[in-house]
Amino acid sequence: MILFEALYVAPPALTAQAPILVIAGPLIGACAAALSPGGRTAWVVSVLTAVFALWMAVAVAGEVAREGAIDYALGGFAPPMGIALRIDALGATMALLIASVGLMGALYSGHALESEVRAEKRTLFQSGYLVCLAGFLGLVLTGDAFNAFVFLEVSSIGTYALVAVGEARDRRALPAAFNYLIFGTVGATLYVLGVGFLYAATGTLNLADMAPRLAALGDNSAVQAGLAFIVAGLGVKAAMFPLHGWLLGAYAGAPSLVSVFLAATATKAAIYLIIRFVFGVFPEGEFGENFLRWILAPLAAAAVIICSMQAIFEREVRRILAFSSVAQVGFILLGASLATTAGLSAGVFYLVAHALMKGALFMAVGAFAISVRARTVEDFSGIAREAPWSAAAFAVGAASLVGAPLTMGFLAKWSLVSSALQAGEIWIVVVLAIGSLLTLIYVGRILEAMFFRAPVRGAERASEAPVGVLVPLFVFSGLSLWFGVDATLPASLANASASVLMGEAP
Amino acid sequence: MSVAATHFNYLAVVVLMMIGLYVLFSTRNLIKQMIGLGLFQTSTALFYISLGKVSGGTAAIKIYADSVEGRMLAAPLDPDFVQQFGVGGVVYSNPLPHVLILTAIVVGVATLSVGLSIAVRIREAYGTVEADEIEAVTRVDAARVGRDP
Repeated sequence: MILFEALYVAPPALTAQAPILVIAGPLIGACAAALSPGGRTAWVVSVLTAVFALWMAVAVAGEVAREGAIDYALGGFAPPMGIALRIDALGATMALLIASVGLMGALYSGHALESEVRAEKRTLFQSGYLVCLAGFLGLVLTGDAFNAFVFLEVSSIGTYALVAVGEARDRRALPAAFNYLIFGTVGATLYVLGVGFLYAATGTLNLADMAPRLAALGDNSAVQAGLAFIVAGLGVKAAMFPLHGWLLGAYAGAPSLVSVFLAATATKAAIYLIIRFVFGVFPEGEFGENFLRWILAPLAAAAVIICSMQAIFEREVRRILAFSSVAQVGFILLGASLATTAGLSAGVFYLVAHALMKGALFMAVGAFAISVRARTVEDFSGIAREAPWSAAAFAVGAASLVGAPLTMGFLAKWSLVSSALQAGEIWIVVVLAIGSLLTLIYVGRILEAMFFRAPVRGAERASEAPVGVLVPLFVFSGLSLWFGVDATLPASLANASASVLMGEAP
Repeated sequence: MSVAATHFNYLAVVVLMMIGLYVLFSTRNLIKQMIGLGLFQTSTALFYISLGKVSGGTAAIKIYADSVEGRMLAAPLDPDFVQQFGVGGVVYSNPLPHVLILTAIVVGVATLSVGLSIAVRIREAYGTVEADEIEAVTRVDAARVGRDP
């Protein structure tokens, strides 16, 4: 966070309103995009809006670095009566991540949509994209449990539609989107039920107000049932094993921009909310410890092993990456389940690293898809000779996924291992090692086909993607490399987030 | 009184929720699945409304205690109870859960409409809204991947 302290990017009057502008900007942009006359105009609106959201997010991060947590009372009604946005280091980190991914996705969508989305759908697609962006940003900034549900559903309803748009390329996107809608809504409803239990027990919905009241209640079965409902509900959205069934079809069928955006933000925002509830709201105690040790950690370990195995036996590249995402969610939750500052910091760091590398991988797959219908690993044979730059960016993302040295993935795995050793949890280190080896196998299969095999696609030749696609792609893979060498920025954000969660800093 | 009588609302919530879930996972028809989902969501509405109910309380619309209506509402209640829980001599139910559930209903309607419109598109693309038939077609699609031009 220290890096943001000297950052004054907006005039004070604007900075004071920045928390709500981060959310309102994309919502207004979404209306403007829906009203624009054509796809290109909508794209320009989308990029400008995303730039604005990122600008405001940086302004918020600067304020958080200087002041600690910010409370922003919506409509001037003071919390805990009114709805409040509450932004601490963790929220600011997530907002920065989501806004940056949002901007890169918006840039990328200029060309990528042309091959994947019907022309008449492009304006509405941009509108839906901005609604999603607003939903995710709202989710990580709000300090109110029910408000979080509303933002969760704003973003989810947007993503259902965005996934369904993928039918232009592959009609399986439609049943996948429907399936996602069913599971997502059941998850959100369970979350609402859980919040209802907590509200019944405490009489408040403000998270900061709820925490001390829950601590005063002690062992209370309504509160514990609430936690169970909330984690199960959010677990669906976060693709926590074994609630990840919807994710495979959705990632595989959606337009590649949507896969990028979902992989980098959707599951991450839900993980954020789980971590926020488990560490920030629920009182410490035997129940929470048992929950982390006997439910969260084993499920996360199962995700790492089982989904990595499934990725090895999968033919389609997008589905391999989707299985890999579930496994990587496992890595993040393993870090969090240690319940130490180092473990949480490693989890948040891993979360950022995974967003960058999975973003790069899905963008590269989308870059190939512009010129050639490549779906299976065999289709990817020899593609590196035809589209060397995209292939290089894919290779960087893949190296980071495996955890090769000099990439951010390496540092992320390294900090996970060291925090597990510190906590004395040797079995987590073993799971990490097995998971990394399995990752190497499925990633190696794709890379081997791309770089060392002759093309088998017949007459169809891939060509290099346009610059508009390559720039955001290189930003993602470049950051994966840059943060692998100098991780000051993500590490300081992760450390600040972890100390906030563990109650060591405001 | 037994639990069934004092917590009747909550039992209804559980029963409704289970019926919704059962419909959701037993039927293979997408439209019927949406109906199950609607039932499942509605049960949470009942849950929240039950949470907000104060025995003897009325809707949270300002009533004067000395008006006809105010005296009528207060008549069956214990004066100490009114003194303790009332506002200006009238006992109100907690309006916050109502507001929350109003929002949740709007969210539910939005989900329902998106779900149904996806079902319409599925019907256009596959010619059916039966999940089994869609899966059969999908298996053919998946086997063709990588082979068709």
